[in-house]
Formats: sequence, structure tokens, C-alpha cells
Amino acid sequence: MRSEDVEVPKIEVQFEGTKENFKINTHFTFPSRGITALFGPSGCGKTTILRCIAGLNRLNGKLRIGAETWQDSIRFIPTHKRAIGYVFQEASLFPHLTVKQNLLFGQKRALSKTAGPTFDEITSLMGLDALLNRSPDYLSGGERQRVAIGRALLTSPKLLLMDEPLSGLDLAAKDEIITYLDKLHEALKIPILFVSHDIREVERLADHMVLMEKGHVRAQGPLLDLLNDPTLPFASADDAATILEGRVITFDPTDHLSELSIQGGTLFVPGKIGEIGETRRLRISASDISLSVTPPSRTTILNIIEAKITSIQPISHGKIGLLLSLSGEDGAQLISHITQRSFNNLEFKLDQKIFVQIKGVSMIKRLGT
Amino acid sequence: MWESISLTIKLASITTILLLVIGTPIAWWLSRSKSWWKEIIAAIVALPLVLPPTVLGFYLLLAFAPSSPLGSAATAIFGHALPFSFEGLVVGSLIYSMPFVVQPVRNAFDAMGDRPMEVAATLRASPLNAFFCIALPLARPGLLTGAVLGFAHTVGEFGVVLMIGGNIPGETKVLSIAIYDHVEALEWGQAHILSLGMLVFSFLIILIMMVTEKRLRRRST
Repeated sequence: MRSEDVEVPKIEVQFEGTKENFKINTHFTFPSRGITALFGPSGCGKTTILRCIAGLNRLNGKLRIGAETWQDSIRFIPTHKRAIGYVFQEASLFPHLTVKQNLLFGQKRALSKTAGPTFDEITSLMGLDALLNRSPDYLSGGERQRVAIGRALLTSPKLLLMDEPLSGLDLAAKDEIITYLDKLHEALKIPILFVSHDIREVERLADHMVLMEKGHVRAQGPLLDLLNDPTLPFASADDAATILEGRVITFDPTDHLSELSIQGGTLFVPGKIGEIGETRRLRISASDISLSVTPPSRTTILNIIEAKITSIQPISHGKIGLLLSLSGEDGAQLISHITQRSFNNLEFKLDQKIFVQIKGVSMIKRLGT
Repeated sequence: MWESISLTIKLASITTILLLVIGTPIAWWLSRSKSWWKEIIAAIVALPLVLPPTVLGFYLLLAFAPSSPLGSAATAIFGHALPFSFEGLVVGSLIYSMPFVVQPVRNAFDAMGDRPMEVAATLRASPLNAFFCIALPLARPGLLTGAVLGFAHTVGEFGVVLMIGGNIPGETKVLSIAIYDHVEALEWGQAHILSLGMLVFSFLIILIMMVTEKRLRRRST
């Protein structure tokens, strides 16, 4: 059960034109709920598209947010009349205003005064209470970005746009912002569209993905579908990984081990990663999956699942990528990278039943119940 | 003597205020416009930097002659001809000191970049609202520099005043003219007092401006 199964209003984006000798022809839709990643290599036009959605750049096209049209062939709503929140790559706080004045700047001018979160809600949600009277000069990178996000949210946006909000931050600050984004996502139900060129960020944040390449859309859809798609570059990347969602079904306090049900099996994950019934997003690196033709016995590996080989693809010299389906109609798919030699020695074939040994599973996102 | 000093201060103050009002939008336009002819306008604004003041004064004298179209329009507005009047001096000073205000303000707007205005737009501020609430406060160091330079430059004006203002006590006899007069009349003592006063004034102006600007800049980066 994914949220996409429920009918939600769509946001439709279509732009075409030339920006600085670069051709853009983009059309995609995404649900007005959850977090969507606009993903692609640097220079593929992601930021231009985001700026067009905000009305900061103008290309011909069409932009519809649910029932509202912000741009079409005759209409172009200027930026300040669009109910967006925009978080720039650098926090871009106003240096002559305090944190509090920065936050109030947009709230005072919000298009709808009644809807939307209150000042106190946002400051406590984003952990800004202690910072209110400070000048932006005296904030850390992570704090600045939190203020920028809070400031955008206080304008009661119908869509929050974020341009690589994590790229300028160190690892600790990245984790901090991701935690806050998860919290606000749960609390506010504002759709977020964020631009990123870092697949790890996308894995941890997004529910939905639009993959861009040289100004056009290569693929779009639910995140997990795209990541597992063998025709897309993700599954064959050197650092490929399987992203799965599972529900916590048991926790063993003696061994400190959680068990999660996934489609077509269960997985043990070290530590208490959530309450029973809660859903978690898990990451299994493709190089952490090894295969065995016979049931492995007397091994330290806890997660051994039976699966079927559904796709075989050479990915580089000496390396083969396999897609493995767990049992059942809608069984989860795992991505495994093995050496050419193992592949030849064991003579793997399509549709062959094998045993999957998973060395490491990590929890990357809390999804609630 | 005091008449000249107060007249000079009055002229410089009025000129500075008017220049901030007129020069700031010009500086904004020069900073933001993408039209090809904006550098022509920029060059015209900057012209008094290199033009001999007497040349400027000469042309202003011609332009404001009561017989010329511009001159008759000015006469209709002010009730008298502009040359050899205080209003004439203000108009001359506006043109003469314009680059000293426009240039620093334009530099401040250039240094600010597009980002603050974009952020303001995404926070629902209309372009005009963003200009007053964001662009002007952020350009404060440039506005301060422009105001001080414009004021000081108007105080020191001589050539233009001589050409279009003449030497009417209480009306057009400003400090620089007074000093010239004293020297001509061999009143060295008076010339000394006024010149020393100007020297100290100019030094203080520059010092205060540099200190304040540094402080403002530190606050806004």
C-alpha cells in the first residue's frame, strides 16, 4: 500500500524553451502529497524548472497546481502571487533582519491569512525558539537552512520548492535537516518538490521521483519503482542499492533485533528501529547481497531469503547485475551485483531459484504507521 | 560669512536630498536594466566627473536662458529665470553632483545581486514592496556614501556656481565663492578661517563616512 494508490490532486508541470543555449522540453506530473525529487546530473535543467515553477524564470508552458492554473498560454501569475515556498541552495536570509523578522517577513504577506501553520507551530517544529533574536550572521549552516525552511512555510504555501537544500551542508547538518524535513512532512502535509543530484539524499527523503536528463524527463514515478527499474541507470550504478519499505512486526529485546515484514518475506534489522506496526524505509547495498544455490547453513548471516532471478545484466568489466524477486505475486525486488567469475562458476540462469544472503540492512527513513 | 556658510549648507542639503530621491531609482535602473542603451545613460550621468565645471555651467546658462524653451518652462515654474538664482544653483548642483550619488548606490545594488529580490518575491513581496523593504536597507552603505559624497561635492562646487549663480550674497554666494572673493580682496584672515573650516569639515566627513560604512558593511554581510 503506497500513498499513490489513493487519488490525490496532481501537480502538472510542462515547460519548453531555450535557456542560455540549452534546450528544455519537460513534462511531468507529481502528487500534491509527499516529497518528490527532481533528480538528475548537474546542468540538466533541474534548477531552471524549479525556478519556472516559482515564476522566477519564464519559459513557455503550463503549470497547474490541483485546480489552480499558474501559467498557460495566456496567463502568467507573478512570483509574489503564487502560493509557493522556495528554499534556495544558500539559505539567503535577509542579513539586515533578525531571525524573527525574517520569519515574519513572509507570514505578514501571506496570500491567505487564515490557512497554514502558526508562528509558534513552525518555530517549535523547526527548533527555532532559541534563535529568534539572533542575526543570521551568527547562525550555523544548518540553523540558517532551518530558518529559511521555516520562513518559507510561514507563507502558507501550497507547494514547497527546495533547490538542493542540503548541498552546502556538512554531514551532521544534513542529518539534522533531514530529520526536520521528515517531521514537517508528517505534521504539515504540504507537497515538497526538491532538486537534488545526490541519490542518497533522494533515497532518504523522496516518495516520488522525476528523473531528468539534458533538459527532458527520462522517467517519473514512485521512487522505489524507478530505483529498481533495470532500464534506468540506478540499478547498475557502482553504489546501487535496493530501497524497500517494511513494517516492524516483532522486536526481540534479548538480541536487540527488529523483524520487519516486506513484500514476499521478512528481514531482521539490528536495533529497535521503530514501534510494532510502524513502517520504515530500508536500504540494502547491492554489494551486500550474495547468492547461494543451495540453502546456506551454519552462517552468521541472519537474513536468508529465497528468490528468483528475474533479470541478468552485465554492468561493467567483470561485474554482473541481477534483479531478484522474492516469492509471491508482488514480491519485493532486490538488486545484487556479483562478479563475472561467480556468475560463470554457478551458471545462473533467468527464473532460477536461489538463496539470497543479506549482509547489511540499514534504516534510512521513518514513514510512520 | 555666516550667510555664505548657511547658504552653502542649505544648497548642499537640498541637493543631497533631491539626489537621493532622483538618483536612487536611476541607480536601480542602471543596475537592473538589460537594455543596450543603459550604458549611454550611465555615461551621461557620469559626464560631470570629467567635464570642466565651467563647460557644464556654460551650457546650463544657455539652456536656462529665458528665451530658450527650457528656460521659459523653468521661469513658469519658479516665477523667475533660473540663472543667478538659488534654484538655478540647485539645478546645476543636481547635475554636477549626480554621479557622486548614483555611482555608489548603483555599486551597492550591483553587489547585492538578484537573490534578495527573488527571495522577497517568493515571500509574497511585490517588486515595489521588496525594493523598499529589502533593496534599500541592503544598499545602506552605498546610500550613505552617495549622500556624503554628494553633499561634500556640492559644498566644494565652484565653477558651475560662478557660471550660473554669480555672486549674490544670500542667494548664490556660497563658501567657495566667498573664499575666492576674500582672496581677491586680499582679506587673507577671512580666507584662512573659511579654508581651514572647509579642510576640517572635509576631513571629518571622509573619516565618519569610512568608519560608518565599515560598520554597516560588517553588519550586512
